[in-house]
Amino acid sequence: MKKDQFVYVTYIRTTPEKLWKALTEPEFTRQFWVNTVQESEWKPGASWHIKAPGDLVTDSGEVLEIEPARRLVLKWRNEFRPELKAEGYSRLTYQLEKEGKSVKLTVVHEIDKEGSKFIEAVSNGWPHILASLKSLLETGESLAETREWPREACK
Amino acid sequence: MDAVFKALADPSRRKLLDELRKENGQTLGQLCEHLDMTRQAVTKHLVLLQKANLVAVAWRGREKLHYLNPMPLHEIYERWIGKYERHRLQALSDLKKGLESAHRTAGRIRRGGQTKTKKTKTT
Repeated sequence: MKKDQFVYVTYIRTTPEKLWKALTEPEFTRQFWVNTVQESEWKPGASWHIKAPGDLVTDSGEVLEIEPARRLVLKWRNEFRPELKAEGYSRLTYQLEKEGKSVKLTVVHEIDKEGSKFIEAVSNGWPHILASLKSLLETGESLAETREWPREACK
Repeated sequence: MDAVFKALADPSRRKLLDELRKENGQTLGQLCEHLDMTRQAVTKHLVLLQKANLVAVAWRGREKLHYLNPMPLHEIYERWIGKYERHRLQALSDLKKGLESAHRTAGRIRRGGQTKTKKTKTT
């Protein structure tokens, strides 16, 4: 089946354990992921969602595979933009590999659909979020424009 | 960052990135179809692009797919382009695209080659 897929690779000077925490724990995600948190029991089959300020669930799904500090696969659907929600579930994979003093983070976001609006939308967001994550882990400071939920852009 | 600039300094490698920009996730064979280069040359350029992290590779079954990885360019952008300049530059870039496509349209049609500038929304 033809699918839409994006692949991002970034090298971050940190440890896989710290990167894992940054990707999953609220105190970190709030700083680089537009003030959102992710809630899940973080085990296979557990439900998963992203919450923006005001308890708005923006995306939700399920944990498909989890191997702390190494690999996480999520079933992922947008919940607050009807045209994106209509496309159904996508699949997100994080892979963390230690390379010298850095961690190679590979992010793959894919959907079984060609010309996906959802994949197009996230492809605008991922580079910002990942650059900010890298900045947070390497310098202690995330990028300013990724600290707040963009109210005017996404209602 | 040296590797990124070195990789971008070659027009054939920029052409390869343009091909991936058009269609992300291509095999070596697909890339060769659109380029006037030998398979060996394309392979060599892809290796350099991967070393610079401008191209990321993912496997689908036995197929090796090549993806344009925007992260190194994003880092360059973050480093030299301030967050306040971003919106002004976007407006200028939209204007340039608008005018250029209006110019092209005017070449084909005598009148009414009007184009709207599109506002891009980041999510």
